[in-house]
Amino acid sequence: MMAAFIFVVSVVIFLQFFVFYCRSLIAVSAKQALSPEVQEVTGIQKTASGEDFNRVMQLLHLCPERPEDRKGIQAIGAYFRMLNFVRSTVAQLAPSIRTWTDSERGHCTYFAAIALERRISFSRDMLAQQIDA
Amino acid sequence: MVCAVRTNAFRRYFFLNLYMGMSFVASVGRFQVLKHWGNPSLEYAYFYFYSDALLTIGLYFALLNLYSLVFDEMKVERYLRIGAVLLLGGTAWFSYAVINQSSHRILSHFAFELSQNLYFVGLVLTYVLWGAILKLRETRTRLIQLVLALGAYFSAFAADYALRNLYPNYQAVWQYLTPALGCILPAAWMISFFWVNEEARLAPSRLAAVPR
Repeated sequence: MMAAFIFVVSVVIFLQFFVFYCRSLIAVSAKQALSPEVQEVTGIQKTASGEDFNRVMQLLHLCPERPEDRKGIQAIGAYFRMLNFVRSTVAQLAPSIRTWTDSERGHCTYFAAIALERRISFSRDMLAQQIDA
Repeated sequence: MVCAVRTNAFRRYFFLNLYMGMSFVASVGRFQVLKHWGNPSLEYAYFYFYSDALLTIGLYFALLNLYSLVFDEMKVERYLRIGAVLLLGGTAWFSYAVINQSSHRILSHFAFELSQNLYFVGLVLTYVLWGAILKLRETRTRLIQLVLALGAYFSAFAADYALRNLYPNYQAVWQYLTPALGCILPAAWMISFFWVNEEARLAPSRLAAVPR
């Protein structure tokens, strides 16, 4: 009985910490501006939409991977899937939650676009180093 | 640890780095014991759970490190230290009392019980620390991320231990789930040290905002 109680409490708190952590990652990237070329490639001008997330992720996977951003992208991917689940279940009953999930999904897309920007500049640096060598 | 050294944050987050160092040593030790004695051996089980109990105590001090950073300006470090030692002693005594009543294999079950209880105590303490961060309007992004990652890690392991208690026969699942959960903390702390500048600021109330 005690173990079941601990399990339920832990899962609820885990979800809470996970959501806050993902939002903190998104908040850090939200302060950065997208370069015009990434805006053009992703089609994101001012606000990003959750519908573009998968497309931006596909572009992201085309770039050489940076080990230091892999886990962050995986965490946001998991957060995005969780938001999709909430959107297709609980949000059907409460419009305010639907608005919130839509806005959060847009932030996830923006995070992915910033990661894409970093990978592009990382690739450029690598290429420049190779040319110099 | 490498990320912390590279960003000149090793001394500031000393206990976090100490825990990561201990974790590395424990992993190497576990591998050696596993190689020598094999997975189903009693020796490996003893080594695993006793090293886990030590690591949990290390993590408990890492949490204390985060507490002292959040309450830095209040000069309450001495009280925090006394409170932490009392709570640690209390948890160990409680774990011993539970095992003493319910089992004759005190030595083998004590480490498991202590780890499980410390994960839950750590989880509650991290939750309290998160409350303090919101209340005190702490804005250091790196510190906030370190606390949130620790909270996710403690809660994941508290849930894992509770599930292991509920379903002890699903060993095939636990042997993959537990190491996977173990990746949460190093990965999240690496991101915080690598990506987030010490000077970066963030309003924590924005993270906790809920839809109305």
